[in-house]
Formats: sequence, structure tokens, C-alpha cells
Amino acid sequence: MSNDHVIKVEGLTKMFGDFTAVNAITFEVEKGEIFGFLGANGAGKTTAMKMLIGISTPTSGKANVAGFDVFTNAEDIKKNIGYMSQKFALYDDLTVKENITFFGGIYGLSRKEIKEKSAVLIEELELEKAANKLVGSLPLGWKQKLSFSVSLLHDPKIVFLDEPTGGVDPITRRQFWEMIYKAANQGTTVFVTTHYMDEAEYCDRVSIMVNGTIEALDTPKKLKERFKTDTMNDVFLKLARG
Amino acid sequence: MKRFIGFIKKEYYHIFRDKRSLFILFGMPIAQIMLFGFAITNEINNVDIAILDHSKDVDTKEIIHKISASKYFSIDQLIEKESDIETIFKKGKVKAVLNFEKDFGKNLIKDGEATIQIITDATDPNTANTISNYVNAILAQYQKELNKDVTIAYQITPRTRMVYNPELKSVYMFVPGVMTIILMLVSAMMTSISITREKELGTMEILLVSPLKPFQVIVGKVFPYIFLSIINAVVIVLLSIFIFKMPVQGSLFLLALESILFIISALALGILISTISATQQTAMMISLMGLMLPVILLSGFIFPISSMPLPLQLISNIIPAKWFIIIIKGIMLKGVGFQFIWKETLILVGMTVFFIGLSVKKYKIRLE
Amino acid sequence: MSITVSNISKSYKTVKALQHISFNVKEGELFGLIGPDGAGKTTLFRILTTLLIADEGTATVTGFEVVSEYKQIRNSVGYMPGKFSLYQDLTVEENLEFFATIFGTTIEENYDLIKDIYVQIAPFKDRRAGKLSGGMKQKLALCCALIHKPKVLFLDEPTTGVDPVSRKEFWEMLKRLQQKGITILVSTPYMDEAALCDRIALIQDGKILEIDTPNAIIKHYPKQIYNVRANNMYQLITSLNAYEHSHSVYPFGEYVHYTDKRTDFSPEDLLRYLESRKLSEIEIEKTQTTIEDTFMELAK
Repeated sequence: MSNDHVIKVEGLTKMFGDFTAVNAITFEVEKGEIFGFLGANGAGKTTAMKMLIGISTPTSGKANVAGFDVFTNAEDIKKNIGYMSQKFALYDDLTVKENITFFGGIYGLSRKEIKEKSAVLIEELELEKAANKLVGSLPLGWKQKLSFSVSLLHDPKIVFLDEPTGGVDPITRRQFWEMIYKAANQGTTVFVTTHYMDEAEYCDRVSIMVNGTIEALDTPKKLKERFKTDTMNDVFLKLARG
Repeated sequence: MKRFIGFIKKEYYHIFRDKRSLFILFGMPIAQIMLFGFAITNEINNVDIAILDHSKDVDTKEIIHKISASKYFSIDQLIEKESDIETIFKKGKVKAVLNFEKDFGKNLIKDGEATIQIITDATDPNTANTISNYVNAILAQYQKELNKDVTIAYQITPRTRMVYNPELKSVYMFVPGVMTIILMLVSAMMTSISITREKELGTMEILLVSPLKPFQVIVGKVFPYIFLSIINAVVIVLLSIFIFKMPVQGSLFLLALESILFIISALALGILISTISATQQTAMMISLMGLMLPVILLSGFIFPISSMPLPLQLISNIIPAKWFIIIIKGIMLKGVGFQFIWKETLILVGMTVFFIGLSVKKYKIRLE
Repeated sequence: MSITVSNISKSYKTVKALQHISFNVKEGELFGLIGPDGAGKTTLFRILTTLLIADEGTATVTGFEVVSEYKQIRNSVGYMPGKFSLYQDLTVEENLEFFATIFGTTIEENYDLIKDIYVQIAPFKDRRAGKLSGGMKQKLALCCALIHKPKVLFLDEPTTGVDPVSRKEFWEMLKRLQQKGITILVSTPYMDEAALCDRIALIQDGKILEIDTPNAIIKHYPKQIYNVRANNMYQLITSLNAYEHSHSVYPFGEYVHYTDKRTDFSPEDLLRYLESRKLSEIEIEKTQTTIEDTFMELAK
């Protein structure tokens, strides 16, 4: 395995009874890459991602994430990845600082590290005034930025983002993507699952899943050229309609 | 009317497609009755006791024999000295010790009076109380036999007779309580949950933005649960009659009417709960904490109201279940007619009207 | 006028959900409320569908006042709330039948109105609504909202959480409904859907930023936007932000949308600057303004 491939998947399959949710998918993700993992609801995205983050055991195939095998070292994978979803992010009834301390603690950071990191994080997000406020009282955009930073607290090799910017206002969304670019620039691999096609445009490479298989995998630019369209949305429409 | 029927039809789909709730709805009454009828009981059976007999004469032997012959007690051991009493209680097996005074028989004949001490383990006060009552009953019986041949008149002996439930069967006490709980649960909790479910789903918004009148929505929601509650009440009564051979003394018709009255008051409470809760979870919490606990603790179902401190006695008056329990105990156990329970019925009617009025007033035609 | 909104405000405790909102929707118009989550779209919908009462201001729907004449409004509008409000345990057909009955009509009576949409879900009519895909649920919810032939249709974020194919089909359906004379007020957080409306209101933090046709809104944008890309996205953004003449820098898919403060901006200057920052594979070219650019400029 090349050292540059932080995710390496080969023929990964997941069956639920007779139903094949994920059908022998194969792909690689490089270090520092922003990888878009697209598909409609029910296409198998979530099932595939659950296998990659070590909470669901594949039926067959091979997968190596952050240097660990998903069959044998699922626990090590969990320590080396970050996860953020739009649905669950932070505890609304804890303050910004309490949330940071809690999540830092979960990932085994020392008290000193937590203190240092939360100071940096709060400064970068310009949250000084809100540090002792309940997260529930923050605007949605701030919450999402904070939640992304928290998922990076333990310097994971890969961070998995599940529809991170749906419904956020356009400016906050850009700020969010700037944060993602920054993380990627520092060598963190970013794995974005989404069914929002405009989120896909921001990724270095995207894969599009249809009915459990990967139907296309390339840079947004090349995909758009191949399907002779202007947007990823149209690429998706063409793919899904066959 | 067509709209209303369409609404009811939908409610029936909800109820009969939710297999788990349906199972709880009909399984629970049966389980509760069985539990209270067979497992949880106030009766005592084969309680282990110890005897400290300082006298060891004919009379004490006779009394001991009578006690051990009864099905309530079995004599675990005989002890010799006072200091053993505490040791024996600490072991926990023996629940009572009978201490006959020295020269028991002699005193009885000489002075016509002898003393026996009944020491009970009151860590469980109910049992202790029952034990001492049963021992007293056996002693009284013996005394009566002694006096049979003696012609001394004018002796006054207090006699206790348990009426209406002479065998002191606890299931008779529990049936009215269980019935109250079940009706409360089905009517209040299920309605409040089913209304808040529509709020959670967002379908309430559509119902409000439709020509359906709020009144129709409410009645449509409540209607199926009236039926379910009645079915439950019937099941409970049938179970108690046929499995526990409980005699229903009074009029079944009156019982049915009073039950419907109580069901309606519980439904009104359910609607009231739904107006103040936004989620099914809150509705359930409020129903459990706000209705079930008072019904179990303060209605006189388990703990007699007369032995509660005064403030709690006063609070118990505002609990509809208290009045309903009085009413159905009267009908089922005493066989009384309406003339004896009209007061309680009137109170219940008053409460029902109040709850309905309040919930209609509280019901929102808008979202806030 | 089918809908008139004048000076509507609404607050929840400390949050000002709507602040002095005014606009009109003409009969037969497809009007879009475009804004992110928390902009106040749902609150406005609830006020117009008589579910909430505004703190101040007035509004009418089909000529009826939203507070005093709420009953008339409830008889003549169709409403599809944010989260496809269907009974999950009822089948497709039972849902539709239920909503038809409570509006005092039958499926047959208005079948021609929903026919186009219903035929797509008809093969699943015996399936429980909870078991449908997002796109199917959305179509069923629309059928339910249409079954009583409303004059005005309120659709609160009908395309959120729905895949692109269903989204596209949904907008095609709306266009057809509009041709049948139904006034439609639709809200969406997707800026790319704005172009499909006759007129739109851009809304954020309870305030309307602008109301006009999508084309006019784009034309109002004061600057020329350039697409910029380079080998490293993050360094490109930091460099552009540090550039003294930059007016706005927003990542936009694989490009960065850049505008310059100067009126006589020359891309060559920028190219040289970026090269001096050690960036390579630089591309700079003019691009079309989008609704999203306008939105950000107005919200800045």
C-alpha cells in the first residue's frame, strides 16, 4: 500500500440479507485530499461510510483506513478519525468551552492539551465573547464551524463530514469551506458525504454512487467535461437517469 | 359528518397498525390484574413464628396447638429466654414471637386474666399488623371456647367481623384500583400521546390549516379511546368475576355508567396534557408523573387515605381517581345503589366538566 | 393580488424572526422566498397560513385577512409544511383519501389536478408512507396539499433533503400547476432554485434583502466577477484575501469568485501578484453573476 493513500478500498461489499446495499466498491483517497462521496438517499453512501469509520463490519472485500484494517482494527480507526454530521454536532446545553473539554477528553487529550487547543480554537473562530455561552444559543453557522473544529481537536488523519453545510447561509458556508481547505492544506484528509451537489463542486475528487455501486469517480471538472454539462447537479441527473 | 368519519377511520388505522402499543393496551390490564391477584397480596400464609413459653401448662399448649394448626402460621422454633428474641428477629426468618407469662394457666383460672405478649417484626408494618390481628383472632376464639361451659354472664367481649370481604382477599381490593389505573392510563396517556404525535409529525399544522373544526379534531382523537377504555373495563370486570370469583354485588349498568364518566374525565385530562406538551415524550412524562403517581399513591388504592397526614388527605380530594375508587368499590363490593354514591358521582361530574371546559379553552386554533 | 404582506414583524422571546416584511404576490405567480435556515421563512409561512399571529403588520391571502378571516383562508389554501407531514403508518392511498375527506372532497373530484403527479406514485399506492423515498414522500405530500384544489399553494422548503432528480421533477410539476392558475409561494435554501421562480425575495435574519425577478436581481450586481483557480486552493484564498485591492473573495466550487475594488481592474496584475505568492496553474477569467453572489453581496 502506498503511504499516500489514507483510504484504500477494494471490492467492499455489504449485504443485508438478500439486499446488496454496497456492491463491491473500489477507490482510494490520498492524504490531504478533499474527497466527495455522493449519492442519492438510499444509494448506499451511509452504509459505506459506516464501514469506513469502523462501526459496521463489511460482508466482503478489503478496506484500509488511516493505516488500519476495517475488519481487524476497527477500534484503532476510530482513534484516528474525526466525524461531524449536520444532525449531531455538539451538546446544546453545554457551553462552548465545556463542549471542547468534553470532546477533547473523549479522544484522550491531556488537560494541558485541551486548554491550549481550546484557546487556539476559540481565538481562530473569534468566539472569545461566546466561550462561556451555551452552544444552543449560537447561530447555526457558528455551531457548524465550531463543530468542525472540535472534530479536528485530536489531529485526526481523516475527518468524515456528513452533509456539513446544508441549509447554512452562503457566507458562512464559504467560511466553512475555507476551514476545510485549510485542514486539507495541513495534510488532513477530508471525506465529505453529501447529496447536495453544490457541495460536490468544492471537492478535489468526487465519486457518485448509484444503487450501491460507484458509477463515476473523477475531479468535478473532468466529470463535467465528460458529461458535457456546467454543474455537478446535471452530471448527477445524467448519471441517475442513465 | 363525512369528514368526522374519515378522521375516525384514520385513528383506527393508527391504533391497529401500531402492534406494540396495541399489545400494551390490551396486555397490560390482564398482566396487572394477574399480578395483583396472585403475586402481590396482603394475606399472610405460613408465617414463621417462635414461641417463648414460660408457663408450659395445658392452656398454653392448647393455644400453641391452635396457632400451629392454622394455615396462617407455622412454628419455627421454641425459645427459652427473653434474650433470644432479638437474635431470632435479626436472623429475619421469624416474623413474630409469642411470649406467654409465667403461670399463664394458673392466672387465667385464678384471676380470670392472663397475659400473652405478641412481638412482631415491624420492618414490614402491614404484615406485622396482620399477624397480630390473626393471633388475636385465634386467642379470642380460644377464650370463647373456655367461656362456653362457664355461666358467668355479663362478660363483654369485643368482636370484629370483616364485612364485604370476609376472607380479606386482597384481589378484591385491587380490582377497583387496577381498573382505575388502566382507564386513566389508556384514556389520558394514550390520547395525549396521540395528539402530540401529530404535533411532532407536523400533520397538526395541516389539520389546523384545513376546514376541520378544532372541536372535530379533538372529538375524533378521543372517540376511539373511549371504545378501547370500555373494552378494557369489560375485560377487567370479566377477569375478576371469572378468575378470581369476585362477586359484583351492585348493578352492572350503574358500574358501566360510572366508568364512562370516569373515562371521559380522564380523556379531558389527556387533552389538557396534550395542549401543554410539544412532544410525545413530555406528554408521557406528564401523564406518568402527574397522573399515575397520584393515582397510585394518593387515591386510596394502596395506602388508606385516612392514615395519611392531613395535607395529603386534602390533596387526595382533587384526584378524580379517589372518587372513582370509592364509587366502584361501593358498587362492586358493597352492592350499593346510586343513592349511596351520588355525592361522589356529582364531584366526578363537576371535575369532568371543569377539565373539558379547561381543555376546550386551552386548545389552540393556532400554533402558539 | 393573491397575497399581500405589509410590515409584518414577529419575535420569539429574544429572537427577531421577522422584521418589517412587506411584499405582494400576484395571482398565478410562482414566488420564491430564498434564504438559509433560520432566516424566518417558516415563520412567515405560518403567519400566512393563519397558524401564527404576527406581532405587528397585516397580511391577506386571496383577499382574506389572516387573523380575522382565518376560516376562509383555511378553506382555500394548500399547505405543505417543511417536513413532508404525512401519516407514516397510513398507505399512500389512505393518506390521500384522508386529506380529501377532511377537506370535504374526494380523490375522483379533483383527480385531473393531481393526475400528473399521482401516476408517478400510483404503483406504490398500497405502500405505507413511512417506507417511501424522500422524492416519493415529497410527491405524495404535494398531492395531499392539492387534493382540494386550493387557490394558493404554500410550499415550505419542499426540496430540502431530496435528491437532485426529484428536485428537478418537482420544479417541473410546479410549473405545470402554475399554468393551471394556482398561485404558488415556495421557500428554499437552494440559491440555484431561485432562477426557476417568476419573482423572488432574498431573505436573511428576518429581513428581506431584495425583491425582484431573478434576472433583475442578477443585473443589479455592481461588479464583474472573476473565476480564479490555482494549484492550491487554501493558499489562493489567503493570498486573494491579503491582496490590497480585493473587494470580495468567495470559494465557489472549484473556483474562487473574486471581485476587485478598482473599476479599471486588469487580470494581469492579479496574475503577477499570485505568481509572486508562489502559486502556479493560475486561471483568471470573467464569469456570470449568480443569485448566490448577489445574496452574499447584499448580506455582507
